[in-house]
Amino acid sequence: MNTQNIAISCRDLRHRYNNTAKNRTDALDGITLDVQKGELLAIIGHTGSGKSTFVQHLNALLKPTDGTVFVDGKNIWENKAAVRQARFLVGLCFQYPEYQLFEETVAKDIAFGPKNMKLDGEEIQRRVRFAADCVGLGADLLAKSPFDLSGGEKRRAAIAGVIAMRPQVLVLDEPTAGLDPRGKELILRMIDRYRLETGSTILLISHHMEDVARLADSVLVLHKGKIAMRGTVAQVFSQPEALAAMGLAVPNVTQIFCDLNKRGLPVSTSIFTIEDAAAELLRLKKQGGATA
Amino acid sequence: MISDITIGQYYAGHSVLHRLDPRIKLILTLFFMVVIFMSRNFLSLGLIALGSIALAVLSRVPAKTLLRSFRPILVLVLFTSILNLLYTQKEDAHILLAVPIFRWMLTITREGVFAAIFTTARIMSLILVSSLLTYTTTPSMLTTGLERLLKPLNKLHVPVSIFAMMMTLALRFVPTLIEEVDRIMNAQKARGSDLETGNFLKRAKAFVPVLVPLFISAFRRAAELANAMESRCYTGNNQRTSLKQLKIRPRDMLACALCAMLCAGVVILNGRFAKII
Repeated sequence: MNTQNIAISCRDLRHRYNNTAKNRTDALDGITLDVQKGELLAIIGHTGSGKSTFVQHLNALLKPTDGTVFVDGKNIWENKAAVRQARFLVGLCFQYPEYQLFEETVAKDIAFGPKNMKLDGEEIQRRVRFAADCVGLGADLLAKSPFDLSGGEKRRAAIAGVIAMRPQVLVLDEPTAGLDPRGKELILRMIDRYRLETGSTILLISHHMEDVARLADSVLVLHKGKIAMRGTVAQVFSQPEALAAMGLAVPNVTQIFCDLNKRGLPVSTSIFTIEDAAAELLRLKKQGGATA
Repeated sequence: MISDITIGQYYAGHSVLHRLDPRIKLILTLFFMVVIFMSRNFLSLGLIALGSIALAVLSRVPAKTLLRSFRPILVLVLFTSILNLLYTQKEDAHILLAVPIFRWMLTITREGVFAAIFTTARIMSLILVSSLLTYTTTPSMLTTGLERLLKPLNKLHVPVSIFAMMMTLALRFVPTLIEEVDRIMNAQKARGSDLETGNFLKRAKAFVPVLVPLFISAFRRAAELANAMESRCYTGNNQRTSLKQLKIRPRDMLACALCAMLCAGVVILNGRFAKII
């Protein structure tokens, strides 16, 4: 395989909490994985499956008990400089990232990451504008205090703070959790546009299978610290039983089409988005019209 | 992770000491400490040491855990021992060792050695007894006990139950806030903030991005909690009954009797034999 095209590579990654003989938890148990550059990989798994622990290894916030992580071909634990570099190469945006806001203005807060990178003032300003633009925060909002924003705006400001570092890999841990439908839609669109514009690799942790089906190229299913599945959206969502056994589900629309198929309607079961569903129903209608 | 820090050091168990009434435990611990200071010679101190070791055994807290509570005061013990060793000078002292250092004469006397051992043993018993209190009593039980003991102050218009509620809430939020600090630190580290290197000033400055969100969330939590309490009709000034009913049992009386006997023993031994201090 061409290693040039691999953004993140993990080899037999293990993480053990409470590393004592009698009381230990294997949060990660032998994760071996390659993520292609430009891939949008969704990570799904039940609560406690190790998703959050896993992504914190990618920017060296957590040190693996065993195994190695390569970002852009470099071992991130090789030396101190590499660890620091990893923080900027992999932009990690935690769940409910609003709490990281602290500056007087939104613009200053977005500039926090770039400032830590020791960039010059002009470049910092350029990045702040770029990041604000990505998440759709206007100039009027940039001058406001982050604490005066609405919930959705705070969330987008916090994500902009990570994007402003221009990471090669952007990791979003449940970016839409707890937002209203409009705020959620804005974030999903933002992810799509950011990806189109920058071609970045994106890792997206989500509990919303609809969002996964809509955005992701491929899906990683974690279960009890191990990789349970890794494949394209179609490959993973065509195994509803296996997913259910792990406390996960396929998108609602997929479930509907599976049920319709079971009841004898000749529809495809590989329907993952509303758009797919509409097309399939139209096809069925035309076909039905032809046979009638 | 900083979440390993525990406030209070309760060691879960069901020993006699765990089951004693917290009020009695508080009073007896104070009493025991006074008795420790009453002792004037090795015999009475020996009795006290024996008593505290017996308590430690009764508590069923592992020795390793108990020893941990000595660690923070090790420096203090060493320091006082050395001072005692060097500064106990009497006219009729037995000189054990005399070393000239430049123009000074470093003399160590037998009395000095005794004094050093005596103070060390005294501090150790103090620490042992007071940490047994916290090892065998949950912070919430301690607060309840303290509240009951201080209840008479209500007559002097000291809002004891409100203070007790504040204590309980503060204790309850310690783990929550520690978790919060952890979360915020990780988020800022992910944005490249460097919390580990640099001098004191630089590090203090690096903590601003952690402290600001922490304060904001603490205030938010406080406001939410106040709302939740008010919507359950908490006003703080009415006579509240308690979920935990404290009752003096025979074993509490027995504990008091034993402590009184120990005190009597110390007084007798003090009178019979020579003073050390």
